[in-house]
Amino acid sequence: MHMADALISPAVGGIFWSASMTAVARSSRKVQQDLDGSRIPLMGVLAAFVFAAQMINFSIPGTGSSGHLGGSLLLAILLGPDAALLAIASVLVVQALFFADGGLLALGCNIFNLGFLPAFVAYPLVYRPLAAGSDGRLRQTLAVLLGALAALQLGAFGVVLETVLSGRTDLPFRGFLLVMQPIHLAIGVVEGMVTLALLTFLRKARPELPQLAGPGGVTRRAAVALGLLALLLGGWVAWYASKHPDGLEWAIQRIAGQQALPPAVGGWHGRLAQVQAGTAVLPDYHFRGSREGSRAATSLAGVAGGLLTLLLVAGTGWILHLRKRRT
Amino acid sequence: MANLGDRFRDLGRMDTMGSRESGLHRLDPRAKVLATAAFALAVSSFGRYEVAGLLPFMAFPVSLAILGEVPGGYLLKRIGLALPFVLLLGVLNPVLDREVLLQVGPLPITGGWLSFLSMALKLVLTAASAVVLVAITSMDGVCQALERLGMPQVFVVQIGFLHRYTFVLVEEAARMLRARELRSNGHDLTHREFGPLAGHLLLRTWDRAQRIHQAMLARGFEGEVHLLRRPSFGLQDALFLGAWCVAFLVLRLVNLPLLMGTLVSGGAQ
Repeated sequence: MHMADALISPAVGGIFWSASMTAVARSSRKVQQDLDGSRIPLMGVLAAFVFAAQMINFSIPGTGSSGHLGGSLLLAILLGPDAALLAIASVLVVQALFFADGGLLALGCNIFNLGFLPAFVAYPLVYRPLAAGSDGRLRQTLAVLLGALAALQLGAFGVVLETVLSGRTDLPFRGFLLVMQPIHLAIGVVEGMVTLALLTFLRKARPELPQLAGPGGVTRRAAVALGLLALLLGGWVAWYASKHPDGLEWAIQRIAGQQALPPAVGGWHGRLAQVQAGTAVLPDYHFRGSREGSRAATSLAGVAGGLLTLLLVAGTGWILHLRKRRT
Repeated sequence: MANLGDRFRDLGRMDTMGSRESGLHRLDPRAKVLATAAFALAVSSFGRYEVAGLLPFMAFPVSLAILGEVPGGYLLKRIGLALPFVLLLGVLNPVLDREVLLQVGPLPITGGWLSFLSMALKLVLTAASAVVLVAITSMDGVCQALERLGMPQVFVVQIGFLHRYTFVLVEEAARMLRARELRSNGHDLTHREFGPLAGHLLLRTWDRAQRIHQAMLARGFEGEVHLLRRPSFGLQDALFLGAWCVAFLVLRLVNLPLLMGTLVSGGAQ
């Protein structure tokens, strides 16, 4: 469910980057203020635990497939939302850098979908009200299951929203949504069951654990309101931005003046055109059914030039390699 | 599972690469992180049908990989691991967008294929640049750069901790899984067994965290990791960053392959 750089536009990436980094900065401040020092290595090892636990695949009955722990709700329950956001975000940073899962620009989207939404929406709005004040098994079960479901549904919705707003794929909003949400319903059930199994075990083995979730209460409401506001604002701005050409694309078009290359006339260009006539290896080709004339007309030249570029990059690389060897 | 185990072993390999010494390795991590970020921004700013214009951007990861001695096969393997999800989302493009945008000989090429190709190319480029960044900077270097670029300190310390503990925990998880496999007579792990198995791992982790914290306190830890080397941003770093940013800007504004292609094919119209 990771978003990738290839799927998003700079506008969407930038908006979610700023939203996520604001949340991370705020949570960092809170963690530094609220928690005693022992929580800091605890955050580190628990994040590493989620990483390692993803190695443990289990079979899902009746499907023939297997699943693993996602972990964001678990971290929120064990650490409280602020520390959980930092822990999840750190996992995503390491994944982006080491495993090339996602990417630098998409990091904001990923922290938002997989960290902020579970820790600051699903946990305080779904899990906590349901689980609060009761040790009843049924209620705890329900709280964890619904919390995990909410976290994954929100995350999946985030992915759909970001993908469609970026416009890098042709997936229609409705169709994509109708595929993603049910799939993540199933994933959410599995995640809920696994989180529950883990928590049940922990409660038996270490009954003192529930206190671990940090101080709850009033300020959380403010955080949620802030988050929803950011989501709405982000959604609106991104929607607006995507209806118009991408900010950066627009700026580039303005700077470059024209998209297509100017025709060769006289002087330097004329001489270049003569060289072209001499060097042309694919002089006649034709296009049909072009959506935008100039774009299609330039595409074959693009193909030829693309191949040349590849050769150039490969050649330069080879030369660098040889030089490197000699030294 | 084996797959993920391999991936973690690769982590160790990457750390070894990051601690090498070369001109690139000695650059200030901030310059490298910022250049990579500018690269991601430039690449993702291309429109959905752009393929040719993206190709020159290969020069960035390729040249850094060669100068930083990152093995090509290794790089390809890492990129391959990141491909599936994006390709899954893009694979419908050719079905959804069938308008023929150009014709190469007898082969009609639709907008869907172009946008799919463009996405795949962007993915390869950004994934390669991320892997190369860590391989020539090391995780500690990247963390240091992030902190000095203004990321909250607690968060950066957290990333560092995660990176360190991951090795320990992954080995522990692998041992547990091996032990279970030897006793399970080929039965798959069910989600019921997952609770106790992962739970024990979590408890051990927890205890370990406490021991580590005490050990750290005993050594004077006050919420900050001190590093011996604090490189300063010098002329070389500025040149590196500036040159690449200018290159990205020029390549974004001038479609180099198109220019060359127009030269060989004899003009667009």
